[in-house]
Amino acid sequence: MHEDLNWAIGGAAGDGIDSTGKIFAQALARAGRHVFTSKDFASRIRGGYTAYKVRTSVAPVQSVVDRLDVLIALTERTVSENRSELHEDSVVIYDGERPGMANFEPPAHLTALSVPLTDLAEEAGGAIMRNVVALGAVTTVVGFPVEYLDEALEKRFGEKGDQIVTNNKEAARLGAEYVAEEFDHEFPYDLETTDEDYVLLNGDEAIGMGAIAAGCKFYAGYPITPATNIMEYLAGRIEEFGGHVLQAEDELAAINMALGAARAGARAMTGTSGPGIDLMAETFGLVAQSETPLVIANVMRSGPSTGMPTKQEQGDLNMMLFGGHGEIRRFVIAPTTVAEAFEKTILAFDMAEKYQTPVYLTIDLAMSVTEQTFTPEAFDVSDLEIDRGPIVDEADVQEFQDEEGRFRPHMVTEDGVSPRTLPGTDGGVHMSTGLEHDELGRRTEDPEIRVEQVDKRERKFETAREREDWSPREFGDEDADTLVVSWGSNEGAILEAMAYLEDEGIDIRFLSVPYVYPRPDLTDAVESAETTIVVEANATGQFADLVEHDTLSRVQRVNNYTGVQFKADALAAEIQEIVAAEGVRA
Amino acid sequence: MSTEVSFTEFKSDEDPTWCPGCGDFGTMNGIMRALANTGNQPKDTFVVAGIGCSGKIGTYMRAYALHGVHGRALPVGTGVKLANPDLEVVVAGGDGDGYSIGGNHFIHAARRNVDLTYVVMDNRIYGLTKGQASPTSNPQFESSTTPEGSKQAPVNPLALALAAGGSFIAQSFSSDARRHTEILEAAIEHDGFALVNTFSPCVTFNDVDTYDYFKEHLVDLGEDSGYDPTDYDDAVEHILEGDAEYQGVLYRDPEARSYSEEHGLTTDMSDLDEWPPDEVGDLVQEFY
Repeated sequence: MHEDLNWAIGGAAGDGIDSTGKIFAQALARAGRHVFTSKDFASRIRGGYTAYKVRTSVAPVQSVVDRLDVLIALTERTVSENRSELHEDSVVIYDGERPGMANFEPPAHLTALSVPLTDLAEEAGGAIMRNVVALGAVTTVVGFPVEYLDEALEKRFGEKGDQIVTNNKEAARLGAEYVAEEFDHEFPYDLETTDEDYVLLNGDEAIGMGAIAAGCKFYAGYPITPATNIMEYLAGRIEEFGGHVLQAEDELAAINMALGAARAGARAMTGTSGPGIDLMAETFGLVAQSETPLVIANVMRSGPSTGMPTKQEQGDLNMMLFGGHGEIRRFVIAPTTVAEAFEKTILAFDMAEKYQTPVYLTIDLAMSVTEQTFTPEAFDVSDLEIDRGPIVDEADVQEFQDEEGRFRPHMVTEDGVSPRTLPGTDGGVHMSTGLEHDELGRRTEDPEIRVEQVDKRERKFETAREREDWSPREFGDEDADTLVVSWGSNEGAILEAMAYLEDEGIDIRFLSVPYVYPRPDLTDAVESAETTIVVEANATGQFADLVEHDTLSRVQRVNNYTGVQFKADALAAEIQEIVAAEGVRA
Repeated sequence: MSTEVSFTEFKSDEDPTWCPGCGDFGTMNGIMRALANTGNQPKDTFVVAGIGCSGKIGTYMRAYALHGVHGRALPVGTGVKLANPDLEVVVAGGDGDGYSIGGNHFIHAARRNVDLTYVVMDNRIYGLTKGQASPTSNPQFESSTTPEGSKQAPVNPLALALAAGGSFIAQSFSSDARRHTEILEAAIEHDGFALVNTFSPCVTFNDVDTYDYFKEHLVDLGEDSGYDPTDYDDAVEHILEGDAEYQGVLYRDPEARSYSEEHGLTTDMSDLDEWPPDEVGDLVQEFY
């Protein structure tokens, strides 16, 4: 039997799929099990097909696989959408009495249980609780004590009063009992519990929490899937720390508001997805040219244009690296796990202020909606110290003025970083502009000053490249002939794929890169490997292009642009195929 | 209010490149005087400007300032003010910047009611690009891009602000220095979004909306006129149906509460001296 269990609830949009799935995921986390969730969803409010999938194990899980063990199917389509992942030990729970399900014929090769979800829910106090009845039914199927659902139900329904909570607990028990009594069946699942207590959160929440921890006080954004969750997390929480969230009229306004707050001295942020990044491109140049610290979160989704708005893709790398007219350097940081998204968000704010420049902080749709368990230590901030860079106060400002007492916000320095005054500072008054400017911020077209300022801005990045740590995360066998390189959220799937490959006798060295710019120099690693495979979720291999450019070597590419995130088993097969074709020895 | 600094403190040492006689000189002088007269200092003042002749105003003034991209000055001013409520924020731009490329922000700034002063230097033409029709140009106005006139109804910025829920709507004329300054002072002191549409003639490309034209057609709604700007119905009538070029405060909502007031934003967000507070460590608790 597999160590992990793959479970899902699926139905139509509006069926309460998400919240039901999350209750189960939370219950598992409280029972000391690791959880990795994924979602199938569409850009619609009602109807269609949507599913919340949970992979759980006592060992850490960090990817999805092509196998579904237990499925709650509220609609017939839920079964057909997942048919290829169901196997002979799979159990499908459905309600044969639900309208539309009366003529449903479950696939013959698996176990299908028809549970009168609505009837049992009504018995507990209301039809609305039918999904909770289904969760109760699942606990019996997977050998998971129904009591573990209680805390998650309290968390979900506590605000609605004790009666609602009691009713839901009862609904769960009715579901559990129904399966135990009505089906004389030995289910092949028996979920172990442990004494561990994990936290469960997704990438957007990690970014939001990281922003608050970093001292972000102002967030402006415009609703867009899948970045809205960052704004929704912050609204209602950032205020407790003296901050504010503003829903702007569009992304053009959002980035300009964040820019204004940053000019006023606040740690500021905006967040969006592809189409919003396009709109922000013009102001992005202004942020860089005026040397303003700003963090821009880009939660990538499938493009171009409206693309597949609820599907996975890492297609914006070139846009983030090169987007905008003229030549603008910028940091591009791409956390590789949900916990890293927290840590790297804090780093992003430090980088923005230390080098007075915009920072793209990017995750992708898969990570944004994936809820994953971690030990709470992954989010420990007891040693947190923020670095705001060279902010000058009134006592020291004279040192940075010219002979006429004017502050020099773009002072040409050895490391390229200039002093910064915040409004309110006497002696620090200055103008910032998108025009090319001299040290004082006054417009200029003087060729010498132009070159001096371009070089100064470029020098900031040379300084950052030397001063900061841009190393990749390294996994696997350092001496392996096959090198796998990836960026962003694919790390989990690759790590799990490596475990499959090890069983096949294939050793891998894996470098997971959280920094797109500045990025680590992979030349030595690529040259010492027989084969380098760059794995990414786009069609053209944007990161692979960078690796080839940096190392002057050709690499193999694994590209996934299906809109569905990498699955560990399928990815392992693809890597294995390349290794076989290359004739690489393990 | 006592004058703590001379208005010349707000003047930078750069010489404006505006054409001699440009209305923008008077518009800017009025802003500087009004800021000084209302007790502000350059170090606590933030000027945001857009693109165009008007956008150069940040360069010629001495204050913390940002010269932004075309049409987005209002969002920048919004961010500045919300992040630090102690700053006096003045946003300045032209009719193209504010009513064309930035039109959406204008509507939302009016309804959001952030406490800032928005001065639109309205010359009814695009000056810096050498004379094309603007959203406030008269439909018959012949320009290089509209040789037979734009044949489009001009934007009525005062009506737009009123419809969007604007709480302070005024109009001034750059060459009437006394009234222009007075109106700006009232705008600065208003707790909310204050629009001052300032007729600021372009002497090079607009031979229709000239100093003489405004002098002839201007109707002042100052104290002597008996006009009450807090009377909404009167304001609606003047703004929508008046056929004169009005000068003065056309509408002021005395009950208006600014965005910062509504949201309880009172502290300077730039202060992170004691960061992080212990409570940051508790954020993870909700994810159990």
